[in-house]
Amino acid sequence: MKNKIYLSVIIIFLIFCFVIFYNGLNSSNIYTPKINTKQKLPIFEAKDFYSNKSISSEELFKEDIFYIVNIWASWCVPCRKEHKFLMELSKSENVKIIGLNYKDNLNNAKKFINELGNPYSKNLTDKNGFLSIEFGAYGVPETFIINKNKTIVKKFIGPINKKTLNQIIQIIK
Amino acid sequence: MRILKTFLLVVLFINIANANTDIKDKNLNNKILKNIRCLVCQGQSVYDSESEFSSTIKLLVKKKINEGKSEKQIYEFLRKRYGDWVIFEPELNKNTYILWILPLLLFLLGGAIIRKKLK
Amino acid sequence: MLASQIGYYSLILGLIFSFTLSFFATKDLTSPSKKIDQNIIVLSFLQFFFVVVSFLCLIFSFVNSDFSNETVFNNSHTTKPLFYKISGTWGNHEGSLLLWLLVLTLFIFLFIIKSINQPKKYRISTLLFQQIIIIGFFLFVLVTSNPFIYVFPVPNEGLGLNPILQDPALAIHPPILYLGYVGSSIIFSAALAAVIQNYINSEWAKHIKKWVLISWIFLSIGIMLGSIWAYYELGWGGFWFWDPVENVSLMPWLTLTALLHCILVLERRLLLTSWVVILSIASFTLSMCGTFLVRSGILNSVHTFANDPARGIFILIFLFILIFLSLGIFFIFHKEQYKDNKNFFWLSKETSILLNNWFMMYFLSVVLIGTVYPIFLDVISSDKISVGPPFYHKLIIPFLVPFLIFMVFGSILKWIKSEISNKNLLIIFFTISITISFLVTKNFQVDLFLYTILIGTSLFLFFTTTVEFFNRKKILSQTVAHFGFSLFILSILLNSITSSEVSTNMKVGERYNYEGGEIFFKKIEEKKEKNFNSIVGHFKITDNRGDIFNLKPELRVYNQPIIITSEADIKTTLLKDNFLVMNTVKGNEYFNIRYQVKPFMLWIWISVLLISLGGMISFLRAKNEK
Repeated sequence: MKNKIYLSVIIIFLIFCFVIFYNGLNSSNIYTPKINTKQKLPIFEAKDFYSNKSISSEELFKEDIFYIVNIWASWCVPCRKEHKFLMELSKSENVKIIGLNYKDNLNNAKKFINELGNPYSKNLTDKNGFLSIEFGAYGVPETFIINKNKTIVKKFIGPINKKTLNQIIQIIK
Repeated sequence: MRILKTFLLVVLFINIANANTDIKDKNLNNKILKNIRCLVCQGQSVYDSESEFSSTIKLLVKKKINEGKSEKQIYEFLRKRYGDWVIFEPELNKNTYILWILPLLLFLLGGAIIRKKLK
Repeated sequence: MLASQIGYYSLILGLIFSFTLSFFATKDLTSPSKKIDQNIIVLSFLQFFFVVVSFLCLIFSFVNSDFSNETVFNNSHTTKPLFYKISGTWGNHEGSLLLWLLVLTLFIFLFIIKSINQPKKYRISTLLFQQIIIIGFFLFVLVTSNPFIYVFPVPNEGLGLNPILQDPALAIHPPILYLGYVGSSIIFSAALAAVIQNYINSEWAKHIKKWVLISWIFLSIGIMLGSIWAYYELGWGGFWFWDPVENVSLMPWLTLTALLHCILVLERRLLLTSWVVILSIASFTLSMCGTFLVRSGILNSVHTFANDPARGIFILIFLFILIFLSLGIFFIFHKEQYKDNKNFFWLSKETSILLNNWFMMYFLSVVLIGTVYPIFLDVISSDKISVGPPFYHKLIIPFLVPFLIFMVFGSILKWIKSEISNKNLLIIFFTISITISFLVTKNFQVDLFLYTILIGTSLFLFFTTTVEFFNRKKILSQTVAHFGFSLFILSILLNSITSSEVSTNMKVGERYNYEGGEIFFKKIEEKKEKNFNSIVGHFKITDNRGDIFNLKPELRVYNQPIIITSEADIKTTLLKDNFLVMNTVKGNEYFNIRYQVKPFMLWIWISVLLISLGGMISFLRAKNEK
């Protein structure tokens, strides 16, 4: 009798394990940090790209529109590729693009903008990379969409392409 | 009763050992860096990695230690932005009670079985 | 190309022979003849033979860079050195599965021809169980992981093999590891067969011990090779990271070690019969489970292979079929032998082995739970956590202390009933050990209490096993293996407290002074090799004692795939390793260099070899006992 109890418990446990592993398989992928949909816009102070004056996040994001935060650098090759999509987005009235110049040389960064165009309503310098950490980024390029409630609603890791561009356009409508 | 006593002894034993199980490190800085996962690497700690992300984190941790932040606070800071995944040591919270306790329970179970066998 | 065709059809043939063999074996099971049907031996050889042919065809395709074969295309390149073209064969998912089949079929063939003195029905039953596994793997390969898929149009060049895998230790690590890992399949099949034939007794224990030893020895060495590779190749000076794939190879090792000790008991007395069966089943189950975890993409790690859920589902179902099958057989057929328990005296070798098993199972549970818990949590609550080295250290290290002490007593206690004759000598040894440990540990900034006890108990085991060598009535294999283990723990502990490291940015021509000496960055040299270009940094390090070390770490740019790796230069001596690694610092002429002095590294590897040597001695003894 005792044996039967052991056996049933073991069988139930094994079935449980099977179900877990089976589900684990179907949902597995390379880990991307869960886009914490409740993540509010971080509060920070940063230096403006051109003027080098300090500016607060409150002031940066004061308008009642969508904001896009784009982390970029002149030494980042994929950033070149995505830049034209950013230029296109900057034409929209629903959104302003804030740039985060990541660990960059100011002259090179300025050359980059002069060459490819400036989609940024405001640009910030992130010399040591701390600002990008505030956003939970870990590389460049990364792009964040912030809604009118100042919540980060979507995050794109890697350069923006046609598909993601359409996604963004849908969100900021 | 005896089981409870043994259990408490085991937990006490582990806590004493835990107090300083960090494989020797010159300072807090390295200990923390070894506990942070490099998110752009495969399974390496920030301490061991030379990636862009890791160098940023290294600077950040140094800055926070100089500001007087505690180990826990630094982990909390990173956890808030990157999730629990970024810290190698699973903290003891409702998600991880089973993780930490289960092996110990199994140890006690094993002990009980052996006790019975030797009687 | 032709080789791929031959390889593919060989596999088909192998499968056909597997079915045929199973058929003949089933028939022979019920035949009245006392001798095994000779056809079975021939068929099992043919089954093995065609897998060998298939494997050789794949190697051939790799060596000839035959990119019409998809596996070769994905994993090789014309400029790869020959040695790595060959080892690239099993450095990928499909090829490594072929290796699985090779070991599975080899072991059953060897089993059949070497077990002539065993009961016929037992031999055939073992074969049949092994066939289930073999056929399962044949199907797995042919259906989901065919190494002979044709690519058209034929590419000119392959995608190459990740350069960090191009290392001698890593090249032989899979074959050796598999001999251990996959070798546990024989133990699984034999145990199930023995249960059905009611053959779990001392005679069976004597017979199966050799197979357990083979599996265990190869697994130990295989794991060591993996660690050596990680240490020499990955560049951070560590050799074990509690990475899921590492854990997955450690788990069967833990059960096999426990099993080995139980077999020693079963050889002499009819005890622990159920437990031996459970451990036998568990070892291979853990191997299969491990295969599932690392090949299905469910876990992320440094060396997961194919991230293909379809393959994962196949293995998962296969794994659970095997588990339910073995469980069913155990519960239905296993007869608990009449209780010999009254003779379980507390102070005896049997008890020590029980204690050993207790701790082994605890360590196993820590590793197993730590590895799979994140999966469970993720599925149930969508929270992703990491379980890293701190978890394993905290739960394992404290328990090493009682474990080491039990090892001391376990070795000296006799079977059935014993007493401790030289109590005083032991107390003296213990005191000396703790004292030495204290005197050593207090010179370093570590937790004095914890490390004194840890090093002290390791020394205790070290001294008692050393003294045992002079005992004429010793069991050589036990003494060597336990001595090796004490050396292993001791080396790791001493290494961790005495290692030092300095890290700084330097440019060519600079000198850097640190606490232990001076580092001089002499020059940079550029080299061109067959499949990579490299920048070699020449460093001259002078330590405070005046010893000079010339180290040349490299930065390599491989051509296919384009990867930059950092190759550490390591000078290994008996006493310590000097370890220098160089990395670029973004944007300027500086290089980040990290210099480590790591005493006793070599002893870590030597001690594992000693442990395996103990196993080999036991194996040779057992073989000659006939």
